[in-house]
Amino acid sequence: MSRNIGDKFFTSLSVIFALIAILPLIFLVTYILIKGGSQITPELFTLEPNPPGDDLDAGGINPALIGTLIITTIASIIAIPVGVGGGIYLAEYSKGGAFSRFIRFGVNVLAGVPSIIAGVFIYALIVSTKILFGSMYSGLAGGMALSILMLPTVIKTTDEGLKLVPNELRYASLGVGASMYTTILKVTLPSAFRSIATGVVLGIARAAGETAPLIFTALFSYYYISGFGDLFYEMGSLAVLIYNFALEPYDAQNKLAWAASFILVLSILSVNIFSRILAAFTEKTKRV
Amino acid sequence: MIKTNKKTPKNIILSLENVSISYGTFEAVRNVFCNFKKGNITSLIGPSGCGKSTVLRSLNRMNDLIPNCSLKGTVLFDGTNIYDKRVDAVEVRRRIGMVFQQPNPFPKSIYENIAFGARINGFTGDMDELVESSLKKAALWDECKDKLNDSGYSLSGGQQQRLCIARTIAIEPEIILMDEPCSALDPISTLKIEETMHELKKNYTIIIVTHNMQQALRVSDMTAFFNAIEYEDGDGGKVGYLAEFNSTKKIFNSPKEKTTQEYISGKFG
Repeated sequence: MSRNIGDKFFTSLSVIFALIAILPLIFLVTYILIKGGSQITPELFTLEPNPPGDDLDAGGINPALIGTLIITTIASIIAIPVGVGGGIYLAEYSKGGAFSRFIRFGVNVLAGVPSIIAGVFIYALIVSTKILFGSMYSGLAGGMALSILMLPTVIKTTDEGLKLVPNELRYASLGVGASMYTTILKVTLPSAFRSIATGVVLGIARAAGETAPLIFTALFSYYYISGFGDLFYEMGSLAVLIYNFALEPYDAQNKLAWAASFILVLSILSVNIFSRILAAFTEKTKRV
Repeated sequence: MIKTNKKTPKNIILSLENVSISYGTFEAVRNVFCNFKKGNITSLIGPSGCGKSTVLRSLNRMNDLIPNCSLKGTVLFDGTNIYDKRVDAVEVRRRIGMVFQQPNPFPKSIYENIAFGARINGFTGDMDELVESSLKKAALWDECKDKLNDSGYSLSGGQQQRLCIARTIAIEPEIILMDEPCSALDPISTLKIEETMHELKKNYTIIIVTHNMQQALRVSDMTAFFNAIEYEDGDGGKVGYLAEFNSTKKIFNSPKEKTTQEYISGKFG
C-alpha cells in the first residue's frame, strides 16, 4: 500500500515538472501574442522605423523584416551547399576512418559554440579587416556569421537522413552499373530529400532568430533596402531591432519592439511547424 | 577493358584463380579455383558461413562496397583481371549484373525502374521497346503492362524480384549474378523466377547462390559446393573453401567428396 502511494507521488511529481517545463513556452508565446499582436498595423510592414524621440510615431519594421530575409538567405546560400556536401561525404564516401570521426566531432563542437563567438569570429575575419571591398559592417558579413550557426544542423541532418536510406537501394543502383556519383545524385539524395529539407528548415529557423552574431556583423540600419549595393552596408534585422528598441526609454519604440517580436516568433514558429509537417510526411512515405 | 594475355578456354566466361577473400583480418574464403561456362546456370551451394555469397559478390566487385574487404588472387572475365587497378568497377558491374536477396526496386515507377539503368549507361534506342522487352524476358510484362507508371513498390514481392531481374536485363549484361533471389519469396513466385531463369539461359550466363538444394537441382547445369572448415590453428574460427565443383547431376547423384554427400542428403547445413 505504501509502495503504491510512493509510486503515485512520483508519477504526479513528474507530471508537475513536465507541466512546469512547458509553462515558459506557453506564457512566452501568449505574452508576445498579446503584447505584440495589438501593435500589428499595415504600416508596420511598409514603413521605416523612426529615430527614437519623445513624441514621434515609431514607424514600421520594413527594413528589418527584409534584412532578416536577406541575411538568412545569404546564410542559407553558404550553409546549404557546404552542409549538404559535407553530409554526403560523411554518409556516403567516408569509411568511418579517423578523418570522418574528426569531422563528426568537429560538427558537434560547432553545434555547441555560443552564437556570439560566431559573431566575434566574423567580426575579426571580415568586419575589422574590411576585406569585403572595403565595407565593414554588412548584411553579407551577417549572413556569413549565421551560416556558421546553420552549418552543423545541415551537416548532421544530411548525414543522418542519408544513413536512413537502405543500403539495398545503393546496391541496386551500383548493381546496374551506376557510378557512385550517379547513385548519390539520382537515388540516395532524392530518397533522403525530405529529411534533409527538414534539417535545412530547422537550421534556417535557428539562424533567423539570432541576435548576438548580427550585432557584431550586420549591425543595424533604419533605412529601406533599395538595391544590391546595400548588401555591403549595415543592415537591419528583426532580432537586432528588438534588442535596440526594447532598450529605448520611449514607449513608441518599445511597442515597435513588441510588434517585431510578434512577427519573429510567429515566423519561427510557423517554420518549425512546417518542418514538422515535412518530417511527418517523410515518415509516411518511408513506410511504403 | 584492358586485355591481358592470359589464355582461358573459349567457353569459359569467368574464372577464379586462387581467390581468397578477407574481411579485415578474418579470412572468409580461401584458395578458390573455379571456371564458369558461358551460357550455363551455375549454382553455388553450401552451409551458412561458407563464403558462397562472398564469392558471388566478388565476381562484380560488389565487395568493394564493404569496408575492409580485400581479395587476393585473380578473377578473369573476358581475359581481364577485374581486380586490376586499371579496371573500372562501374564498368565491371555494367557487364556483370546482379539480383539481390531482398527485392530492391527503386522508389520510382515500374517504367523508370527499368529505364534508369539503361539511361545512365547511355542507351539511346527506343526506351518503350526496351522496357517492354525486358519485362517480357523477366516474365512480368503481362502482369504490369497496364500500370507501368505505378510505383515499383506496388508490386508483390515476387513481382518486385522479377522487376529487379528485368532491370538487370535492361542493361544487357553478359553475366547475371543472383544472390538467393528466391529466399524472400513464396513457392509460386519462386517457380516463376525459375522459369524466368530457364528463359534467360538462352542469352545470358547465370550464377546463382541458393540455400535450396532442390532449386539448384532444378535450374542449374553446374554446381559448386562450398564448405567451411576450422582453421588449422584451431581457435574455433572457420574459413570457407570450394569443396567440389562439377555438373549438377554428378554433384547430386555421385559426389566425390564425403562432405558433399552429407550436405546434399541434409546431414548438416
